[in-house]
This record gives sequence, C-alpha cells and structure tokens, in this order.
Amino acid sequence: MTDISGQVPGLSASGRRSEDKAWWEEFPWWGTIIALVMVGMAIKIFVDEDYDEAWSRIWPGVWLTITTTLYAFGIAFGLGLLAGIGQISHNVFAHNISRAYVELIRGIPILPLIFTVALVIVPDLTRSMGLANSVPTKWRAIIALSLIYGAYMAEIFRGGIQSVPPGQMEAGRSLGLSQRQTMRSVVIPQAMRAIIPPLGNDFIAILKDTSLLSVLGVLELTRNARQFSASSFKFRETYFTLTFIYLVLVIGLSLLLGQVEKIMTKDRKGQR
Amino acid sequence: MTAMIQLVGLEKTFAKTIKAVQGVDLSIAQGEVVVIIGPSGSGKSTILRCMNLLEVPSVGDVYIEGQNLVDKATDLDLVRAEVGMVFQQFNLFPHLTVMQNITLAQVKVRGRSQAEAEAMGMQQLERVGIPEKAESYPRQLSGGQQQRVAIARSLAMEPKVMLFDEPTSALDPEMIKEVLDVMLQLASAGMTMVVVTHEMGFARAAADRVVFVDEGRIIEEGTPEQIFNHAQHARTKDFFDKILHH
Repeated sequence: MTDISGQVPGLSASGRRSEDKAWWEEFPWWGTIIALVMVGMAIKIFVDEDYDEAWSRIWPGVWLTITTTLYAFGIAFGLGLLAGIGQISHNVFAHNISRAYVELIRGIPILPLIFTVALVIVPDLTRSMGLANSVPTKWRAIIALSLIYGAYMAEIFRGGIQSVPPGQMEAGRSLGLSQRQTMRSVVIPQAMRAIIPPLGNDFIAILKDTSLLSVLGVLELTRNARQFSASSFKFRETYFTLTFIYLVLVIGLSLLLGQVEKIMTKDRKGQR
Repeated sequence: MTAMIQLVGLEKTFAKTIKAVQGVDLSIAQGEVVVIIGPSGSGKSTILRCMNLLEVPSVGDVYIEGQNLVDKATDLDLVRAEVGMVFQQFNLFPHLTVMQNITLAQVKVRGRSQAEAEAMGMQQLERVGIPEKAESYPRQLSGGQQQRVAIARSLAMEPKVMLFDEPTSALDPEMIKEVLDVMLQLASAGMTMVVVTHEMGFARAAADRVVFVDEGRIIEEGTPEQIFNHAQHARTKDFFDKILHH
C-alpha cells in the first residue's frame, strides 16, 4: 500500500493511509448544505404571503427562460461547431472568417454585445434585406445569445478536436478515407469526450445569462421580477424568490447534465 | 513494366530550412520487400511517408503504379486505399471495436456491405492470429495485439503495397516477435512491402533489398548480404559498428 499523505514512510506512527478515511471525511457535506438552504428558502416562499405573491408574479417567466436557453444553446452549438472546425481549417477563407468572429465576440463584454446585436445589428440586417417586419424581441435576444456563445463554444470544439492525436487523422487518410469522412467518423467522436463537460458548463452559463435579456424587455424571470419589485417595492421578497428559482433551475440542469455525461462516456471509460 | 512505387528526385524541407530528404530516387517492383535502415533523424520515415503523400514532397515526384501522386488531378483517396500503412504508434481508433476499426474504411471507401466487410475483417484477424479479439476495444489489447490489428485493418483493404513505419519500435521486447512473424508471413505471401525498421534480423530474413539512408540521402543499397557483410561505404560500416557492438 502506498502512503499518499506525503509523509516519509516510517515516520507516521498513526499509519495515515488512504483507506483509513472516515465516512464523514468523504461525505458530500456541500450537497447537504445546498439542499438545506434550498429547503429553507422553499418553506419561506410558500409560508409567507408576500413571498408567495412574488413567486406567482415571477414564475410565469420560467418557460421563456427555458425555451430561450434551449434555442440559444442549439444555435450556438451549430455555430460553434462550424467556427471551431473553421478555425483549424486549411481553407484560408474559412479560417480567417472563423477566427475574426471568435476574437471579435470574445473581446466584448456580454451586456454591450446583447444591446448591439439585438438593437443595432439585427434591425440593420432586416432593413438592408428590405424586410418590413422587425424580428420579435424574443428572437433578437436568442440571436444575440447564440452569436455570443457560438464564439465561446467554437473554442471548446477547436480545443476538443486538437486534443485528438494527429495520428488518428493520418490513419484515416492512409486507409483512403477523405478528410471529411475521417473528421466525422474518427476525430469528432473522440473529441466529443473532451468536449461534453465544458459544453455542459456553457449550457448552464446560457441559462444564467438569459437573465441579462431582461434589459431588452424579454418577459423572462428577471424581467418579471424587476417589474414586480418596481410596482410593489417588495425588493427583498422579489429577489429572494428570483434567486431561489434560478438555483432550482441551475442545480436541476447540472444534475441532468451530469447524468448525460455519465451515459455518453460509459462505453469508453478509461480509454487511452 | 511500371514500378509499383517510384520516387524521382524526392526532396522534403521542413520549416523552410530543415532538409529531411535531399534528392532520393528509388524504384520498387511488385512483390519486392524493401527495408530502409539508417540512423534516427536520417529521413527514412519521411521518405516512407512521402510514398502515400502523408508528407507532401517539396520537390520531386511520387509514382504509384505510374500514377503521379503529386499531380493535383490524381485522386489521392483512391490511391491511398491501395497503399496500406502501419504506424509506430498503431493509431487504432480507440472509440471503435477491433472489428469496427477494420470495417470502417472497407464500407466507406471500398463500398462493401457491412456483412462483406466483417467477413473480410474476420479473415484478416485470423491471418494475424487474433480472431477472438474482434469485439474488444483497442485499449483492452496488448501493444503487439494492437499492432496486429492495425496490420489486419490495412490488409482488409486488399492493398497492393504495405508501408511499415517502425512497426515494432513502440513495443515491449516480448511482443516484437509476434508482429515480425506476421510481417514475415506477409512477405513470403508476395506482398510488396516497404519497411522502415531497426530490426536487422527481419531485414536479413525478409528483405530483397536493403536501403541505407543517412542525412536524407540513399548512401547505398543492395541485398542484405551485400549491405550487412560487404558494405562499401564508410558511413554504412560506421552505422553497423554502432548498432552491433556495445
């Protein structure tokens, strides 16, 4: 048995060894703390009338928050995959366009970008295409979030693809598979393993950042909360409740993603 | 008769200054087994990798059965399907089973049905002696077994030539023989082979011709007998002195 406590073997009279750990040293207390906090918050909200009122005013925004998150994640995933492959492409055009997109977006804070995309770029584009109808606010918000997270995800995809050893591409090409075939059947499936955890992080980040869309007037959770607090002056009740709802959503989503990760990496555990 | 492989005035320069290969002419006939030897960094792997254009030559031409791979009109994927390659690091696809490794290119490149590809896969796995590993993943195999799967994967494409890039250099000593045995059997079956290796025993036993390379040039070539016992060039003798006497 190896002594992993970092002590010089022989000096440790108590025999500090890895398998000696007591149950309370390994118990996930952090999870218990979070669970207790959430139960406490839930009780407060459903017992206190003012909190309950805040809840009933904010909660209807949850569907908009969730659908916006799903759409934005889906579109950002596609954009990110394209731009990620584009960045490492030998095609001069694809390489430079992808690189410019990623660097531009990553160089600007999210909030000003949301304003710029939703209030300047999208209206300008629709006008220049001669479309009379303006894009609904919800979709401008989704486009803004997708463009932003597409650039972040491009970096994840690029990193994931580059984590696959070049010998894999060479082996595929030497068998007569084309670049595209090797990418699809050999490189990307292996890259996915490295990509799933950071993609999950971005999924959660998008969920949280939908709260920024309240500045555009999208009637999601945060917008509802701001409206309610402004008219009722019940700031404490409003933001307590809003925090609780986000906590439930984010923790629920991360538990779900943890399961997805487990399933998707199951058949290739301990590889290489 | 056109040569199976012909290199004409081959040069390869890396990063504009490093001359890995400087002027190599080599012609390999069908059924010939050619072993390329030389000190590390002499450019022998680069020469081999130019034969299926994994390395694009800076100057010169590469012909496979008279088709110039450097010519942009040549469909590289079609030619590569005829030129099998075995790598030092095996390069099996770790997310696929042994059988899936072997059937992938058969189905996508050769257009075989899954059933045909699996039958061919089984045939090749039997040839390399590990049919029982068809459903295993590469990580579950030893290095020697992985390299034999890599050979089976190439053979399943029914190539006209097999290139071996130091196929035993990454193996533990006790696994080298099982791979060399497969290669010897392949050589005696008449396969055209080009092998970069440090296994002089294999070169003696299987090579029709041994090519000694140093500093990106062919210093001399001949039968194993000529090269090993009657080397003409001082650099060749010096190389053997270094590897044979401890």
